[in-house]
Amino acid sequence: MTNPRGRFGIHGGQYIPETLMNAVIELEAAYDHYKDDPEFNAELNDLFANYAGRPSLLYEAKHMTEDLGGAKIYLKREDLNHTGAHKINNVLGQALLAKKMGKTRLIAETGAGQHGVATATVAALLGMECVVFMGIEDTKRQALNVYRMKLLGADVVPVTSGTGTLKDAVSEAMREWTSRIADTHYCLGSVMGPHPFPTIVRDFQAVISKEIKEQLMEKEGRLPDAVIACVGGGSNAIGSFYNFIDDPSVKLIGCEAAGRGIDTFETAATINTGRLGIFHGMKSYFCQDKYGQIAPVYSISAGLDYPGIGPEHAHLHDIGRAEYVPVTDEEAVQAFEYLSRIEGIIPAIESAHAVAYAMKIAPKMDKDQIIVITISGRGDKDVAAIARYRGEDLYD
Amino acid sequence: MTNQPNRIASAFENGKAFVAFITCGDPDLETTGKVVREAVKNGADLIELGIPFSDPTAEGPVIQGANIRALKGGVTTDKIFDFVRELRKDVTIPMVFMTYANVVFSYGTEKFVKICSEIGIDGLILPDVPYEEKADFQPTCKKYGLSLISMIAPTSHDRIAMIAKEAEGFLYIVSSLGVTGERQSITTDVGAIVDVVKKNTDIPCAIGFGISTPDQARTMAQKADGVIVGSAIVKRLDQYGKDASGPVGAYVKSMKDAIKDL
Repeated sequence: MTNPRGRFGIHGGQYIPETLMNAVIELEAAYDHYKDDPEFNAELNDLFANYAGRPSLLYEAKHMTEDLGGAKIYLKREDLNHTGAHKINNVLGQALLAKKMGKTRLIAETGAGQHGVATATVAALLGMECVVFMGIEDTKRQALNVYRMKLLGADVVPVTSGTGTLKDAVSEAMREWTSRIADTHYCLGSVMGPHPFPTIVRDFQAVISKEIKEQLMEKEGRLPDAVIACVGGGSNAIGSFYNFIDDPSVKLIGCEAAGRGIDTFETAATINTGRLGIFHGMKSYFCQDKYGQIAPVYSISAGLDYPGIGPEHAHLHDIGRAEYVPVTDEEAVQAFEYLSRIEGIIPAIESAHAVAYAMKIAPKMDKDQIIVITISGRGDKDVAAIARYRGEDLYD
Repeated sequence: MTNQPNRIASAFENGKAFVAFITCGDPDLETTGKVVREAVKNGADLIELGIPFSDPTAEGPVIQGANIRALKGGVTTDKIFDFVRELRKDVTIPMVFMTYANVVFSYGTEKFVKICSEIGIDGLILPDVPYEEKADFQPTCKKYGLSLISMIAPTSHDRIAMIAKEAEGFLYIVSSLGVTGERQSITTDVGAIVDVVKKNTDIPCAIGFGISTPDQARTMAQKADGVIVGSAIVKRLDQYGKDASGPVGAYVKSMKDAIKDL
């Protein structure tokens, strides 16, 4: 769906300093060369199967289905991947590509820490240097992941600029990349930033929908009626949607973090509260004030706490192919607790946003309909934060 | 005052040009006005007025700090327009805005650029708009007589000729990798970049990023038509606040004196 120069409809593009232009041009050329290269794909698929543990399970959530009394629910278990989230799919792809390009150092931004952990992990595996930028607020919310990254040999740089969250980590990683390009690849963690990142990250995450399609065909002999995933920048969502975009019978639903509600300022629901803008290398929708100053967004989930959304999602919204719905902190926390009790699966608080919306619509659907929810990550990292949300004095 | 053609060119007619960058509203617009006038009095040839942005990804810590101080002080694009309208009553040297794409785009590019031309702004520098994306802004700038200033970086290599051929106003040569901020030394072969530029265009070249001392300014100005200084000025605003105009004026004088006879 990418137009020349990385446009998705009116969105996307390459709004970056001139200093980085040759780096993204070089990246695009390398990606175009390797994406259909049999040897590269054999190597990547081997890592997917034997390191990340793919394919991930498509699990029939029988208790949840019975309890909600409507559509049959399947969970796409990206939480079972090595490092506990979908992030590893993209990192394996990009790190392998970077290595082929002769880069020896990976830098990355991270919100919840999952992308940082995945990057640190793959850097360790491939013998590359790794520096992860993380908002200072997020280093506090996700202290265990900070230690995990250090354990894996990465340097973690706490970012104090701006709001000290994911957007500032992205800004700082971009600044670092402009100062050191020759040996460094910026391993962007979501389907955002300048072209070609939204395309590259999508392609490496598209394995999620490819597997869902195959697995559901085997189990049910048909397509799902709806695929539901959480959206921050939107990488697990685009990965879950991509191979269904041309199947109009499949509803594609992205769940945005509404924080304390889309009628408050404490929200990160970009499609529902933002407007068209240019930031972090792309044209897309952003939460911003009337003068274009980027809004200090909020969500209980560090991974969805981002004021923008990937350009392909913005386009899918424009053309009405996907629907983007807000889910509040409270709804997500309830879903987090619900899935833990009913299926014995503790989802990431990010993924719990998708579970929450499925809980709303499943009862209204017929029993012969099928919903697939992508559980993008596991919830171990969130347990202490949820306990605090519930008033328990528990720290990592 | 409306736009005059080639006012930017006049900045380069007085020996090597000294371009001074100041963030509007740091710490308040009254101070910005005093600092601009003092810089002009002490030899600045062109003023780059920064419109603050919440997330200035091309800036180092010093100018990031100025952006935060200015926004905290309540400055907005509209207040800056009013301020420039007032400033233009007595400041006649060329002035350009330096800001980020979203500030212009979100305001409405046409509306923004039209107001710029009405208040006497001569050009626009948008560090997150490279050659490939200038179509969003350049035709509108052309319509209203503003120059969209192009940047060339140490990594531009094969792109230099392409950028230079279509450049307007002056070319902003980025001296070093990374973000804005003072540097001990500049290692890029700026002279080689300027040579390629000069083969492709007649418009002047000014070198920015990392220049803070008169010696550095002299070395850089020998290779180009002027130098751009931001962080070293903004640092004085951070240090002296509302009393910064004196120290900035003295600094501008020392810099212009170092390059004017080259």
